[in-house]
Amino acid sequence: MSTLQSILQNPAIWRGDEQARVALPSIPTGFAELDGELPGGGWPRGVVSELLTERRGIGELSLLMPALAQLSRQDGWLVLIAPPWIPYAPALAAHGIRLSRVIVVNTTSDKDTLWAAEQSLRAGNCPVVLAWPTSVNEHVLRRLQLAAEEGGSFGVVFGEAMRAALPSPAPLRLRLGVHQGRLSVKILKRRGSGLTPTLWLDTEKKKPEGEKTLATPSTVRFRQPIYASA
Amino acid sequence: MNSPSTPAMLWAALRFPDLSLQLHQRGGDSLLPVIVQETGNPPRILSCNDAAAKAGIKPGMAVSAAHALTPTLQIRTRDPAKEAKALAGIAAWATQFTPTLSLASSNEILIEISGCQRLFGGLRPLSGRIRAGLAELGYRATVVLAPNPTAALLLARDGVDTSIDDRHALRRTLARLRLTRLDQPAQTVAMLGNLGVHTIGDWLSLPRDGLARRFGQGMLDEIDRALGLLPDPRPPFSAPQRYWASLELPAPVQETEPLLFAAKRLVLELAGHLAMKQVGITRLKLELQHAHHAATSVLLGLSAPSRDAGHLVTLLREKLATVRLPEAVEALTLVAGETRPLGSHNQALFADGRPSREERWRIVERLRARLGVEAVHGLETYPDHRPERAYRRTLPGQAADGKSELQRPLWLLPQPRRLHASDRLVAMDRPPVLLDGPERVESGWWDDYDVKRDYFVARDSTGAKFWFFRERSDSRDWFVHGVFA
Repeated sequence: MSTLQSILQNPAIWRGDEQARVALPSIPTGFAELDGELPGGGWPRGVVSELLTERRGIGELSLLMPALAQLSRQDGWLVLIAPPWIPYAPALAAHGIRLSRVIVVNTTSDKDTLWAAEQSLRAGNCPVVLAWPTSVNEHVLRRLQLAAEEGGSFGVVFGEAMRAALPSPAPLRLRLGVHQGRLSVKILKRRGSGLTPTLWLDTEKKKPEGEKTLATPSTVRFRQPIYASA
Repeated sequence: MNSPSTPAMLWAALRFPDLSLQLHQRGGDSLLPVIVQETGNPPRILSCNDAAAKAGIKPGMAVSAAHALTPTLQIRTRDPAKEAKALAGIAAWATQFTPTLSLASSNEILIEISGCQRLFGGLRPLSGRIRAGLAELGYRATVVLAPNPTAALLLARDGVDTSIDDRHALRRTLARLRLTRLDQPAQTVAMLGNLGVHTIGDWLSLPRDGLARRFGQGMLDEIDRALGLLPDPRPPFSAPQRYWASLELPAPVQETEPLLFAAKRLVLELAGHLAMKQVGITRLKLELQHAHHAATSVLLGLSAPSRDAGHLVTLLREKLATVRLPEAVEALTLVAGETRPLGSHNQALFADGRPSREERWRIVERLRARLGVEAVHGLETYPDHRPERAYRRTLPGQAADGKSELQRPLWLLPQPRRLHASDRLVAMDRPPVLLDGPERVESGWWDDYDVKRDYFVARDSTGAKFWFFRERSDSRDWFVHGVFA
């Protein structure tokens, strides 16, 4: 019996009924519920993750902020490639990110975006690489994944939720939605185990203290229609 | 054996047998027969490549005869000035091994290496490194190591790579060397041949005073220097302050990779030159010469000094990809610009695995080389109440690590957008839910960018959070200015 026990201790053996606890280099997400579901107990490093959002602006960046703040304490760059809007420095600073580590790369084509992402992932001194290409394919993601493995970066490719149905070589794929102010995180794919129920995260409460709290209950509506008559 | 008080010297002679031809070949391989002609009447062939040799062409032949042998003959004319420039370039590259160098002739370089053989792990690794380095530069050379410069040169003229580091072996080897290798008039050597004196060994067996009387002191001295019996001073080579070098391509080229292949040769040479000076380069110019158009310049600016040939070539590759060539390139010139001090790479006793400053800049430079300097920037906060003025672009890595306590969106729209009933960003099917506000921002009357706004945080019907404001001027219009994400 003890021999069987010792065999089962072997980390190479994975039992189908549990999530494999693999010693992946990871960085805690800052959300305990999410950490519990991710194979290495956090955002994987040396991996390109896909974050597929139902729409932009639902909290996809706030979800990354605790990890980014932590990684900005390390040596190297936080690279933001082809962001859809201006990454707003005061907000990044408020989330505890060291701005001297941030570089923004603006591109004019997807080709350049993906090239820049590959170079940064491979460089080995960019702990975080976030890219917003307008479209990617399997082939490109595989290249990015290889580059991330080489450089050990935490790479994130943002995309639309529609892409969830398409095959992808990214080892971690999350689909983000929102309902009543709470961020829903559905793990579409992860290393080591099957699918999970959707997680509900409160990205709001993660804001550092000292910030202005909401004075009004969240049900207050604008008294008048706030749009101009079109 | 040397006495301990006089440290043993060791010289390497680098001899480039057909430098004039090598200059035309180092830019890339040519499958066509190429000859280099010496100007004269009639012009004669100085050297030829393998393809030409296969066609039956030999050095010394008249050029007209070679023409008869092959119709595709490529003829180059020897240019001694270019050869001298190339040799100086090689010498500059070799200064990375030792500061004691000398140009012995138009195609021979002498390097004193006794002081540095320990640093490079011994004689064999050092000579291997020199050989491999020369091959990377695109040159073939005979490399001979001997205890004095004259012996090294004489043996190198035999065309066989050897290394000798003791006197007895040197005497034995030199004894077999033919007198024709000496720097003596052919007449004298022929006269000695008639007497049956063909090798240095033959010469040494004859009485010295008779030889001096008949053939002059010069020949006696040269052989004595080779044997290490006479001092052998050499004029030192001093590397030029600023590096520039050109290279002719064997055939006009339009593609990036063959261009880079040739450029790499020059970059490696430059790297050796920089290593000796303990500097790194921050500006570099590659000029691409065309037959009919003005030269295309490729300028490279580096954020941190570097002399890593691999890195510089990578940057050139990205830069070349963005350059439009009006015509095929015939020749390249590499000009070193500004340099800054850069220490040698000392191995840390305890490696801490941290990327060095130089390494950290590499990715920034690579991105900038392809996307442009403006496309890659850093961000910092700026003390201004107006949201669009509260941040600034900086050079990468130059930002101050600011702090902010205000509730601000992670995304700022480049321009505030007037809100419409059918907005493509904000879902307007139901009125957005107010979460926070108003926050009054009223500032900037002094610099023509007057802002009078009330800011609100609100969530639209899909759950996305936005930053809205309402003009406090006459229009009272609503705008969306940020996305919380």
